[in-house]
Amino acid sequence: MNAIPSPSGTSLEVQLPPVISWWKRNENWLLGTIAMLVFLSFWETSVAFKWVNPLFTSAPTRILRAGIEMFADGSIYGHIAISSYEFAVGYGLALVIGVPLGILMGWYSRLNAVLEPFVSALYATPRIALLPLILIWLGIGVSSKIAIVFLGAVFPILVNTITGVRTVEADFIKVARSFGARDRQLFLTVALPSSVPLLLAGLRLGLGHALVGIVVGEMYGANEGLGYLIATAGARFQTDKVMVGIILITSAGVAMTELLRWIERRYERWRPNFRG
Amino acid sequence: MDARRVSLTRYNERTKQYLEVLRDIDLQVFEGELVTIVGPSGCGKTTFLNAVDGLVKLTAGRILVDGSQINGPGPDRAFVFQNDCLFPWRTVLRNVTYGLELQGRLPAHEMKQRGQNIIELVGLQGFAEHYPHELSGGMRQRVNIARALVMEPKLLLLDEPFAALDAQTREFMQVELLKILARAKTTALFITHQINEAVILSNRVAVFSARPARIKEIIKVDLPSTRALSLKHEAGFVEIEKHIWRLIEEEAVRPDMLAEA
Repeated sequence: MNAIPSPSGTSLEVQLPPVISWWKRNENWLLGTIAMLVFLSFWETSVAFKWVNPLFTSAPTRILRAGIEMFADGSIYGHIAISSYEFAVGYGLALVIGVPLGILMGWYSRLNAVLEPFVSALYATPRIALLPLILIWLGIGVSSKIAIVFLGAVFPILVNTITGVRTVEADFIKVARSFGARDRQLFLTVALPSSVPLLLAGLRLGLGHALVGIVVGEMYGANEGLGYLIATAGARFQTDKVMVGIILITSAGVAMTELLRWIERRYERWRPNFRG
Repeated sequence: MDARRVSLTRYNERTKQYLEVLRDIDLQVFEGELVTIVGPSGCGKTTFLNAVDGLVKLTAGRILVDGSQINGPGPDRAFVFQNDCLFPWRTVLRNVTYGLELQGRLPAHEMKQRGQNIIELVGLQGFAEHYPHELSGGMRQRVNIARALVMEPKLLLLDEPFAALDAQTREFMQVELLKILARAKTTALFITHQINEAVILSNRVAVFSARPARIKEIIKVDLPSTRALSLKHEAGFVEIEKHIWRLIEEEAVRPDMLAEA
């Protein structure tokens, strides 16, 4: 049979111009960045042409100016420091208590039976609803915020860790038993490693809850912190300052989520379909 | 291995019924031998193998390995699982040395050395640091076999290790297994539902009846000890294969069982 020449006479592997091939390689983040820039310029323009009132919407340049001002006069550092402190202590406690307790509850079904009703009830309660109680008990200082951050983060961490330890594949247990594993070895070599992915997902979920805890806690009863800053600036219609506060918290959240994702990827090199 | 009048009855908690799985099974496996168990599906082959490994308790009878009665899993036996069941978070080497790690008797470098030797024996040199998901099905089964062989067991128990492989890989692995076992000088008890697999591998084939499983017949496979796949077309081979087929057909009365075999 004769080969049929393609109509155009060229080979299928066309050499793309460098600009286009560069675009193809970076398309995903380029599209995201461009969309963001279009949005920001539209925002800026609509304020510049007085289509909307900056008192309500602020504008990218006004937020930037307010931010620079607040860092220059030093008024923001105290708020950042206090919020970071509350977050670090609350989330740290959630980690130190949630992970070991989750492992124990996942492994010992009796302990799980005793504590499970409490965990379920508290996990189902929006922890923010406990804020008035916590303020009565702990006052408006940092400890009440640490408590609310802790309560926000500890349950997702706890519940995911329990599930991770409990849902070990039966086949793996059979392998371990067949090779003569004792209980402790079964736990260390099978239950623990196979629960790591769920545990890390729990940490990520807990992070979101912890951030909500800080902001709402400080809005509701505090005299310092980023949540307090947002609330008071809002009350005075200082929209630019409100936006600065929001952006700071968002950036912190994104940064920490990315950090956890990075840790997840490191621990999950062995996962199939893993894209690094 | 010596199984004497082994019986096993299982209680199903959900249906509240007793199910007799094994009845009076007598089976010997002599040193250096490979014995295969075939039988209709669901007859209790795997249960018997689990019992030999010590993973399930007998209702009556006893199983001896090298003259001593077994009581739970032990280092004299090692199990090759049907689904390879490799730990996905461990590399090939660390999967292979898993059993040695649990025993904790060998220093780390010696463990590693033995692991490397076995990995070479099963033909996986260069893959020690790979993770299971990076391997093909046939390679994973080699790791599964290596993980058992590294324990230097007196008796290797294989539960349909090639069932999940494609037909070509499966045939190839049958010959490979014989080579590996000859090199490792290991006695083995092998379960399969494929009759020609049983015949090509074994010195003897034990045919189990439908549940409750009894030994229907033990067939000696009088074929040259070095086996090649071409043997499958020879008259002697086909004769044995047909004979076993007839035995199983008598047991597998239900059409769905026939289809599966």
